[in-house]
Amino acid sequence: MSARRKRIATTSLAGCFGCHMSLLDLDEHLFDLLAKVDFDRSPLNDKKTFTRRCDIGLIEGGCCNEENVRVLREFREHCDVLVAVGQCAITGGVPVMRNSIMHAEDPLRECLEVAYNASKTVQNPQNLIPNDPVLPLLLDKVYTCAQVVKVDYQIPGCPPSAEVFRIALDALIHGAPPQLDHALIRYD
Amino acid sequence: MSRRIHFTVDGQSVEADDGQSIMEACDAAGIYIPRLCDAEALVPQGSCRVCVVKLNGHTVAACTQPAEDRAHIESDTHEIRSYRRDLVRMLFHEGNHLCPVCEASGQCELQAMAYRLGISQDAPYPYLQPVRPLDASHPDIALDTNRCILCGRCIRASRDVDGKHLFEYVGRGIHKRIGISAATLAETDATIDDYAFSAGVCPVGCIIRKHEGYEVPIDERRFNKQVIGSRIEAKLLDDNEEEA
Repeated sequence: MSARRKRIATTSLAGCFGCHMSLLDLDEHLFDLLAKVDFDRSPLNDKKTFTRRCDIGLIEGGCCNEENVRVLREFREHCDVLVAVGQCAITGGVPVMRNSIMHAEDPLRECLEVAYNASKTVQNPQNLIPNDPVLPLLLDKVYTCAQVVKVDYQIPGCPPSAEVFRIALDALIHGAPPQLDHALIRYD
Repeated sequence: MSRRIHFTVDGQSVEADDGQSIMEACDAAGIYIPRLCDAEALVPQGSCRVCVVKLNGHTVAACTQPAEDRAHIESDTHEIRSYRRDLVRMLFHEGNHLCPVCEASGQCELQAMAYRLGISQDAPYPYLQPVRPLDASHPDIALDTNRCILCGRCIRASRDVDGKHLFEYVGRGIHKRIGISAATLAETDATIDDYAFSAGVCPVGCIIRKHEGYEVPIDERRFNKQVIGSRIEAKLLDDNEEEA
């Protein structure tokens, strides 16, 4: 009897979807991958919820709002192995740069003021800051995935190349840690 | 002529002049010992500890410790590699080292060292995410201290090569930082031609030479093409020199 096909779920939190694009850069290797795995909840197939428990969860991006935290916790709950993919998931990446203005008295407000009002390149005559009830509330600062839930492995890169994805996923599918050769480790 | 001494590094015999440091002797023999605070033309200070080796069973900094006749030195062992990996990981967690947005990426010795040491998985340390200043006052030079690892190479370069004393350590422990000899860099007599601001002195992206960023694209940079230390291992020349 052949081994059960592994189930993979993916999501993008406070990321740019670059890691998902790089995953799609697997090109023809996607056929090999899809021969071995099924994708459950993922933006790649537009499934918004888990249909069943998954073997591997790939997380792109860190947590900058309450929805990111909720999704990350759902992934931890439904995935046997959780993998932080890319520098935003691992270190916070570009979004975490807002943590360095945390010396301000009201840092989150200052961040929004600069983004939507004070910046010279923004035209916003009514000084509106997005505040619709459907928008997830921003967190006080940006958190890495490992600061919110237990993360089992990480795949570094910005984004990890398709080659790195291929090697790391191959290891994960076989239940092994995603060991990367020195030459494949990149943080940019 | 000075006396010749003999010792072994991981079982390999090395010959050196009496008084040479372990690192100098190993460099000449083509054995690379990882280092961050030591650089060519600067007095070694043994502060980063990445060059830690075991000399007859005792941990010492290879850049400051004189080699001893008939000594047994361990460098590339599991224990020493673990020390080095932990030291480099702590540096990454202590400052704000965001490689995707740093213009030194690909020519940064801290990053290259992490690649060489095979650091790809999480470390059991929190990211301290300190709030540190940026000094862009000087027309040709910017200092982004978020990336400073306190190696002190700029201090020694300015003091010993330029004779200007632009930088000095200030504070102690976790509060230690690099101080400038005036309120801002623009108020000092710093010039872009100072050795302290030449490529290869700052190992990370703290000292930024303005108007030159991204002249060499990412992927075509020094450590994208060669592993840090490979020039020494190939006995070619000092590791800080660029490939011609």
